[in-house]
Amino acid sequence: MSETSLAQHVTNIEAGDTIVAAAFLGRTPVYALADGTLLYVDIGEEKRVKAHEDGAILVALSDGKRFVTGGDDGLLVATDAEGRSETIADEKGKWIDALTLREDGAMAWSAGKSVRARDAKGVVKNFDAPSAVRGLCFLPKGYRLAIAHYNGASLWFPNAGDPAFYEWKGSHLDATVSPDGRFLVTSMQENMLHGWRLADSKHMRMSGYPAKTRSFSWSPDGKWLATSGADACVVWPFETKDGPMGRGPRECGVRPRRVSRVAFHPTNMVLAIGYEDGWVLLARLNDGAEIFVRGERESNDAVTALAWDATGKRLAFGTKGGKAGVLDLPA
Amino acid sequence: MNNGCICCTVRGDLIRILEGLMRRKGKFDAIIVETTGLADPAPVAQTFFVDQDVQDAAKLDAVVTVADAKWLSARLKDAPEAKNQIAFADVIIINKTDLVSPEELREVEARIRGINPYAKLHRAVKSNVPLDAVLGKNAFDLDRILEIEPAFLETDDHDHHHDHDHECGPDCGHDHHHHGHDHHHHHDHGHGHGLKAQHDEEMQSLALTIDGEVDPNKFMPWVNDLVQREGPSILRSKGILALKGEDKRFVFQGVHMILDGDLQRDWKPDEKRVSRIVFIGRNLKEDEIREGFMKCAA
Repeated sequence: MSETSLAQHVTNIEAGDTIVAAAFLGRTPVYALADGTLLYVDIGEEKRVKAHEDGAILVALSDGKRFVTGGDDGLLVATDAEGRSETIADEKGKWIDALTLREDGAMAWSAGKSVRARDAKGVVKNFDAPSAVRGLCFLPKGYRLAIAHYNGASLWFPNAGDPAFYEWKGSHLDATVSPDGRFLVTSMQENMLHGWRLADSKHMRMSGYPAKTRSFSWSPDGKWLATSGADACVVWPFETKDGPMGRGPRECGVRPRRVSRVAFHPTNMVLAIGYEDGWVLLARLNDGAEIFVRGERESNDAVTALAWDATGKRLAFGTKGGKAGVLDLPA
Repeated sequence: MNNGCICCTVRGDLIRILEGLMRRKGKFDAIIVETTGLADPAPVAQTFFVDQDVQDAAKLDAVVTVADAKWLSARLKDAPEAKNQIAFADVIIINKTDLVSPEELREVEARIRGINPYAKLHRAVKSNVPLDAVLGKNAFDLDRILEIEPAFLETDDHDHHHDHDHECGPDCGHDHHHHGHDHHHHHDHGHGHGLKAQHDEEMQSLALTIDGEVDPNKFMPWVNDLVQREGPSILRSKGILALKGEDKRFVFQGVHMILDGDLQRDWKPDEKRVSRIVFIGRNLKEDEIREGFMKCAA
């Protein structure tokens, strides 16, 4: 990282509506737009696929093969690299509030209090959470799902019985599980993270954020959790048996504006950091070195999507105001 | 309920729904949040001031309460929620007025005025009020806090009343309802003479005036401390103040513990610099509040 700006390696794209999420399907960057459209950007060609005919996309995730989108039309739709859409589920007009995917093709989603887990063979199991669900995440081992809701989280084996309940008062939003499966972390309404060491339910509170954390990313070695919600990317250490308990986080990309999205590089200890003013920086965790990717003065167009391709050579980004783009890292 | 304090309580379900609706931004004009009949309006309102994401995306226009002319008096006796909803409202629609006699209607209005003399009242049959009576009110907009007391209107600000509404206090001698230009309403000025607001034992409003300026170094700590201590019992607060050494009016409005205040327009040359505050709340410690405010005089 000898250069200080990668701006000349960025291709800008007018998407036209809020970008809910970005992903690479094969080599093609694809943007899920709020208006129900998937925008495919190939060299010299843009293609739009209406995944939701009459719905806004609320949640979108990709496993690299398909883009799965949940809408306010109640539909869960999977669309592949060729733009072929398949309706996975129809929640009859209820909104799809949360979504998570597993590498083997399993997925889980929620609509209000209803949680559905669908295994790789397509068998769907149901669970009614005690309150509306905002966050879902599969555990890395076993077919088990973490469910964030009001006053705590539930861990559910869709093929077994009742879920285990992890209590912590308050409203829990997004959920994430450490890649080694030892820690569950949720973001909360009160501008903090809550964590549980799953083995003994020991609590961890990660606070000090001026805003809600709505974006998490685990480092490629699984030892660090990068988070949004502060005027820097706050990165918590999880390598010891106690996780971040009693330890401070590292901070990368300190700027006078809030971090809105974070995405660790798939193989290096480098973070893509998106800000509420539309800036994107790359930052190296070890020494904090930064490289500029995009940004203007006096913008309020928050970065809403960041996604690396599988090789880590390209970064797709998108904003609330419908600006999209791709960074091609120079060889 | 998040940390257990009523004043910081927000509605998580509302945040989730507003976040979802923002994905269709530009395709609707406004959002109407209809609560259940037993809901406490405060957490709904506070959501718009406490949650930063909601605050960035939306603003609260007004709290509108629909009251049943026939049954409101009974509900005020047996349902604390009904009292909350009347006390909290910016606009109250007294519906089903065709089912009660003129005397009963006056009684209901007097009861409402006893709790909340500041809301706009509309008499209605089958809720036949014009849309502009309930939408676009900007009731929480500091620039629009001009009308916390009838005397204010009579002395100034007529040029600011784009909707030609007329606000009545408990003793103004008018019948207490909307005097707007829509024709669904009666215009019986002068027929309500002698009407008194009917005092409610539990929920009251308190209006205090200092006939002059207040010292901001006394007032700010006092009002902040007051809402910190008494926030749970104070539902709404508003004020227009003449601060010593300040050419502009200071206005504030609050919901429980949350206060929002700013300098507004200049005092006009012919305008009398007075300082007035209003609280609506449950079992307000009137003497203590009065004494505290009066000590803030400059």
